[in-house]
Amino acid sequence: MIDVKNLQKSFGDVKVLNGITEHISKGEKVVVIGPSGSGKSTFLRCLNLLEIPTGGDIIFDGISMTDPKTDINKMRQRMGMVFQHFNLFNNLNILDNMTLAPVKLKLKSKAEAEKDAMELLERVGLQDKAQAYPSQLSGGQKQRIAIVRALAMHPEVMLFDEPTSALDPEMVGEVLNVMKQLADEGMTMVVVTHEMGFAREVGTRIMFMDGGVIAEQGTPDEIFNHPKNPRTQEFLSKVL
Amino acid sequence: MSDLIAGLQHDFYQSFLEGDRWKLYLSGIGVTLMVAALALVLGVILGVLVAIVRTLHDQQAEGRKRSAVLGVFNGICQVYTTVIRGTPIMVQLLIMYFVIFASTRNQIGVAMLTFGINSGAYVSEIIRGGIMSVDKGQMEAGRSLGLPYAVTMTNVVIPQAIKNILPALGNELITLLKDTSIVTVIGLRDLTKAALLVQGKTYQAFMPFIGIAIVYLGMVMILSWLMGILERRMRQSDRR
Repeated sequence: MIDVKNLQKSFGDVKVLNGITEHISKGEKVVVIGPSGSGKSTFLRCLNLLEIPTGGDIIFDGISMTDPKTDINKMRQRMGMVFQHFNLFNNLNILDNMTLAPVKLKLKSKAEAEKDAMELLERVGLQDKAQAYPSQLSGGQKQRIAIVRALAMHPEVMLFDEPTSALDPEMVGEVLNVMKQLADEGMTMVVVTHEMGFAREVGTRIMFMDGGVIAEQGTPDEIFNHPKNPRTQEFLSKVL
Repeated sequence: MSDLIAGLQHDFYQSFLEGDRWKLYLSGIGVTLMVAALALVLGVILGVLVAIVRTLHDQQAEGRKRSAVLGVFNGICQVYTTVIRGTPIMVQLLIMYFVIFASTRNQIGVAMLTFGINSGAYVSEIIRGGIMSVDKGQMEAGRSLGLPYAVTMTNVVIPQAIKNILPALGNELITLLKDTSIVTVIGLRDLTKAALLVQGKTYQAFMPFIGIAIVYLGMVMILSWLMGILERRMRQSDRR
């Protein structure tokens, strides 16, 4: 489904991604772990071209993302993204946050979009917040809404960029539960996270990134119980 | 004491009532307001255009080829703001009236144009600052949903930017309204010119100048009151 070919990214003179070649299949739940500065988030952000790669290519469903002829907006509609800092639209209430994209892109009528949005809000138990503004919600509530806002576009893949890192500890659970539910429904997911429990439980494949490359990858059992790379061992001994 | 009061009454009569001089002030207020209002419209239009060009130029995706057309426009905009902000408004007005439009006697048109162009330079910087003050996660969230740049800009970023810039924009409006008194140098009969004319006839300075000071103050107070209402409206989404 997603083919990453020799992906490279530099910011000025700093090389963040040093050539990553990878394949992500439909239905996989790929969890990316690694020390800060290892390029995890940049890798994820390159997948939907929020960061423009300096080299290599991303092929999504047979279409090159970096080709100037590709309609990047069309491609992004098929890839949902959830950010560390939620990034709900502060000037719009929750319902408008969820319906803006489907309505503006003429995928649904306003009434249809609102009906779908209410169903999604119900799924995460926040239907009573439809008329609230983001500033009135807790971090956990905002992140659950950010997830269903992305789902309102019916994406084929969901990208999560440290979705629980900005949350108070007691709110991490509610967000991870929504993500688990999503995983159980068969959504293809790429998750950058520091939540090792979640990685172990939900991930079908764990990627350990270090120094802009994937240093080691495998099933949760292989990575967490029998890591081979000394860097993986060192990292896990610090976080587990 | 009674002499003083009688003297003031006489001054008041001479300055405002004799020969229907109040009509002079009234038409002066009309000219002042007209120049200010049309300059405001022109200033905001120019300001928005310049701010858009400069923001577009600065926000071009890193790693992609920079647009040459945008580079040229950006250069023009930079020269415009530098020249306008770097020279006194009175000098600009003299140049416009006696050099560039030397063949026309349409004082009011030249005044509106000059103040509009002048105001645009300041407004553009205010708007640009407002757009930059909006968290870039807002744009990223819009783009990640597949919304085009322009749609995200108009529905998410600009509404938040306007809220941030209202106090600064109000300030600029007040400055603009008061600065129009400079149009007297090209002989336009605005409010200040009315007072000067009356002073020339009656040799009384106190009443005409204190009088117009009160009128200017009144107009500015009404303007800030209106801006206050607008600001409170825009703060709607900040409810906590």
